[in-house]
Amino acid sequence: MIPASFDYHSPATLAEAIELLGRYRDDAKVLSGGQSLLPLLKLRLGSAGHLVDIGKIPDLEYVREDGGYLKIGGRTRETALEHSDLIRKKYPILADTAAVIADPLVRNLATVGGNLAHGDPANDHPATMMALAARVVATGPKGARTIPIDQFFTGLFSTALAPDEILTEIQVPVPPPKSGGAYVKLERKVGDFATAAAAAQVTLSAGGEIQRAGIALTNAGPTPIRAAAAEKFLQGKKGDAAAIAEASRLAGEAADPSPDRRGSVEYKKNMARVLTARALAKAIARAQGA
Amino acid sequence: MARHKIHVTVNGAAAEAEVESRLLLVHFLRENLRLTGTHIGCDTTHCGACTVLLDGVPVKSCTVLAVQADGRQVMTVEGLEKDGKLHPIQEGFFQEHGLQCGYCTPGMMMTSSALLASNPDPTEADIRRAISGNLCRCTGYVNIVKSVQHAAAAARTAK
Amino acid sequence: MATPKTSPEVGGMGHSVKRKEDPRFLRGKGNYVDDIQLPGMLHMDIVRSPFAHAKIVKIDSSKALKIPGVLAVITGETLAQFKLHWMPTLMSDTQMVLPTEKVMYQAQEVAAVIATDRYAAADGVEAVEVEYDPLPVVVDPFKALEPGAPVLRTDKPDKKDNHIFHWEVGDRAATDKALASSDVVVEEKIYLPRIHVASIETCGIVADFDRIRGKLTVYMTTQAPHAIRTVIALVAGHVGLSEEKIRVISPDIGGGFGGKVPVYPGYVIAVAASVVIGKPVKWVEDRMENLQADSFARDYHITASIGAKKDGTMTALKIKTVADHGYADAAANPSKFPAGLFSICTGSYKLPSAFAEVDGVYTNKPPGGIAYRCSFRVTEAVHAIERMTDRLAQELKMDPADLRMKNFVPPGEFPYKSALGWEYDSGNYPAALKKAMDIVGYAALRKEQAEKRKRGELMGIGISSFTEIVGAGPSKHFDILGIKMFDSCELRVHPTGKATARFGTKSQGQGHETTYAQIIAEELGIPAAHVEVEEGDTDTAPYGLGTYASRSTPTAGAAGAIAARKVREKAKKIAAHLLEVSEEDLVWEVGKFSVKGAPQKSKTIQEIAFAAYTNHPQGMEAGLEAVDYYDPPNLTFPFGSYICVVDIDRGTGEVKVRRFVAVDDCGNIINPMIVDGQIHGGLTMGLAPALFEEISYDENGNVQGGSFMDYLLPTAMETPKWETDKTITPSPHHPFGAKGVGESATVGAPPAIANAVVDALSHLGVKHIDIPITPEKVWRLLHEKGAAE
Repeated sequence: MIPASFDYHSPATLAEAIELLGRYRDDAKVLSGGQSLLPLLKLRLGSAGHLVDIGKIPDLEYVREDGGYLKIGGRTRETALEHSDLIRKKYPILADTAAVIADPLVRNLATVGGNLAHGDPANDHPATMMALAARVVATGPKGARTIPIDQFFTGLFSTALAPDEILTEIQVPVPPPKSGGAYVKLERKVGDFATAAAAAQVTLSAGGEIQRAGIALTNAGPTPIRAAAAEKFLQGKKGDAAAIAEASRLAGEAADPSPDRRGSVEYKKNMARVLTARALAKAIARAQGA
Repeated sequence: MARHKIHVTVNGAAAEAEVESRLLLVHFLRENLRLTGTHIGCDTTHCGACTVLLDGVPVKSCTVLAVQADGRQVMTVEGLEKDGKLHPIQEGFFQEHGLQCGYCTPGMMMTSSALLASNPDPTEADIRRAISGNLCRCTGYVNIVKSVQHAAAAARTAK
Repeated sequence: MATPKTSPEVGGMGHSVKRKEDPRFLRGKGNYVDDIQLPGMLHMDIVRSPFAHAKIVKIDSSKALKIPGVLAVITGETLAQFKLHWMPTLMSDTQMVLPTEKVMYQAQEVAAVIATDRYAAADGVEAVEVEYDPLPVVVDPFKALEPGAPVLRTDKPDKKDNHIFHWEVGDRAATDKALASSDVVVEEKIYLPRIHVASIETCGIVADFDRIRGKLTVYMTTQAPHAIRTVIALVAGHVGLSEEKIRVISPDIGGGFGGKVPVYPGYVIAVAASVVIGKPVKWVEDRMENLQADSFARDYHITASIGAKKDGTMTALKIKTVADHGYADAAANPSKFPAGLFSICTGSYKLPSAFAEVDGVYTNKPPGGIAYRCSFRVTEAVHAIERMTDRLAQELKMDPADLRMKNFVPPGEFPYKSALGWEYDSGNYPAALKKAMDIVGYAALRKEQAEKRKRGELMGIGISSFTEIVGAGPSKHFDILGIKMFDSCELRVHPTGKATARFGTKSQGQGHETTYAQIIAEELGIPAAHVEVEEGDTDTAPYGLGTYASRSTPTAGAAGAIAARKVREKAKKIAAHLLEVSEEDLVWEVGKFSVKGAPQKSKTIQEIAFAAYTNHPQGMEAGLEAVDYYDPPNLTFPFGSYICVVDIDRGTGEVKVRRFVAVDDCGNIINPMIVDGQIHGGLTMGLAPALFEEISYDENGNVQGGSFMDYLLPTAMETPKWETDKTITPSPHHPFGAKGVGESATVGAPPAIANAVVDALSHLGVKHIDIPITPEKVWRLLHEKGAAE
């Protein structure tokens, strides 16, 4: 499997990269980890005249808390997220997610920004970032702008990024005390995309009721799906079995999957339900322990 | 069809070449440098037969462009043996019958040598997880796990 | 385990000698086909059909030929000039090399691009423009048999339907009668889907035709190099390729499992291209081509009935099968066995009457089928009988272990003649099952299962007590294209007492370089370290039929032992001469002849070897070598009992294999380490189709599961930690009592897993699940029975 010819650019600065993207517009693609893009090019399912490799641009790989946000550099490798102490301790939902993306070798190159910017609803970070109410920073010729995650995914393989913008950072609000989250994925084997997966992030009140719940689904529609009805239902409820059952039922109804070799629509909708219940139970347990 | 001059350090030796943008790292290693120990087993970044270390990190070299390796360090299976002495991971695979047809073996060894570099005393679960991006059709993985454990034990004893 | 007769230094049978092939593989110095680089070598890539059935209206190569580096585009018309556009299959059918009129399956070869490097060749493939006129597609083999179905093989003027062959064995009337008078009869439909061996190395060739010498050298991923040489000579003799001028080299092979037995069109095109262009041509298929176009395995639609008395005594077995062969019968079977050795379907049980029939059918799919690490349809047979045994146990409310124990062929009745005509060489089935039950703790597991059921948890225990049939085979019945299925060894002992042994087989990871050396070491006492084993080069190795169907140890291994014994006979004469005694006065112990009653008077094999070249008796030929072409008197019948324990997730339907105990009996063991490795690998290739792998087609004949994205090879995470043990029941007819082991586990494991899953759900009324047992299949059953989370 050999990709068709393209030209390769390795800009040393962000500005240079943005300039290249502006010059080639739709004929250019950003090469971040390359773990989705290069297979696509090799299979000749996609093509690009120009690849703009952001690999040599400084300061795009970091994980730190700053100004009330967890900030993740756009080119941060999944493996860095998976092994970060900060992430493991305070953002277990992100550790859960990073650990089930593709396989360990792919995660050594695959990036968090790429996982989002690819716009693939089968990718794992989109749902997680929705549950966390994150926002992304897009940097273009006019500088940086932030895009709330709910406005980022505009369709199958399309995002709110302009052709000359690069996803440079993901910002996750630092969760209040008594918060916890989890990501639960059903995959046929290691390395597979999700048959279905659910991300849940909850914050409990002092009395133990659910103050806020963020719930989103992977591979359950043309874009990542927010289970808004389930989130709303949980507000102010005790996170008991009955509430989890009803919320997960609502999440299952929110799913709008396509049938494929991973399963039928009926199965996938049911898996969205079952996995939401498991993610919620885990998230609540973590919040209670937090 | 743009071409690029690249400088890559492969197994400690400098390599220079002018390559097409689209040349895959695995083809650069196999065809330009004739280091055929790195194999190709799929087209979709699943099998891991092409695993090499890029700046010490195991990656699938069929999903990296040769130009991306410019200015970096690559290590292949041919670089494991030092001064005529097998790397502990090679010795482990030999002693524990961790290979049969030998085709996935270089990738498996590269991945597991990197595991041992970061985790000198892995559990069986750690090992299975670390090699889950490398497919083997012959061994059923049981003896690969033992091979990595063998290498880990040997490295600990040597210290 | 029996104590080895030789010392560890000699390393004969029973020693876990470290593998002689490993040093090169460990250093990345193996030599696989794609590693071969010849001066001036060209690369070939193939244009493939997007349609499953279509007329080819036009092939336009003009754009491709303009691409720098592209030298030629070969089409069916090109090959037709040399009458090479069709080729015979091993089953006396025909298949296209390249089409001139129509394509018969998606991904079929349509044209080949020859270029100076593989990148240009790939660009050329994209630039070849083919115009197709789609034809009605036949996907379902049952519909293919209906009157009025489009006839696919329009190339055969007399062909009026899609039926390929009918094959049957056994006594139909007696079986019907026995079933009718049985207390209990259960019937089940069992589908064994299309799967693919997916060795990690795909298939490839470097064809190098030397115009001056008129010699064709072919480096090829083949499990049977000698047969390939003969096939090339037969198929291309008319264009001047003569067998003595053809050299087939099978270098290191990255896994075969049956997938590297057939001749694929790509090989033939590459050979033709090299002959025409006069330069070496390399073709290495990619993974998608490998999965989508190479020979498949299985695709058997089985309907089975088994009868029994109330007490569980089995009375009769009847099996009807529709075999989907794709558009050509390109099975890699012995010629007289269109359904392979499927008639081993009576399994390990004393079945007084049995009948089996198979009908082969054409569909718009790639041609096949080959084995998937099994001896010609044995997996299909074993799956049928082992599933039916569990079905029967369920119907009779008997424990499946008890039912098996009751019906096993008793150890005292071997050699045992089965109702379908095989003579089982040896066996002790109860011992293997008992050992497996003891290791796994069967009674405790049943107790645990009962407790879990009360709590609504799902756990199952599955047994498979399989009997295999391997080592094809006796020349009376077994041939491929008329060539008898013997195998061979040519053994030379050199003056310093070291040896070179060449064989007609070809290892693909099995470790022949080590185990064959151990056989010679056992017989002659020459240390295995000093026995150099060579295979896979038709210019040097003796003729043999190759490595598949677990036949290497039963046939070539036997030839090695017999050749060594011939050498020993001559060595005895030389020893008698050296010791000045008569041959009758000599006794052989490992590595030396000594004089009866005077053990201090002896000659080692090394001393004798030296004398064979320096001081041999007058009138005797110099040298110490022998050749043996071994024609086995019977097949061998390895067996075993496997027990699998699964836990099932009530929410997702996922099956987790918690434990898997495999007790194998492959007769006497050459190298315990290698045998265990073979079993581990075989078990994993049994797990794979049981839970993960399937290639299917939509109604338009579009292949589903044609890449590793959807063709799911298990990783270390899905694969359990296999637990293995042995019983040893030597084969009475094999020179050293071995039976072959490479495929037992692939054959035996799937029904153990399927039986475990059904067992976990049996209290809900579930009776059968076809493999692969995907999470959705299990969930759907749970959902229907109201038991899903």
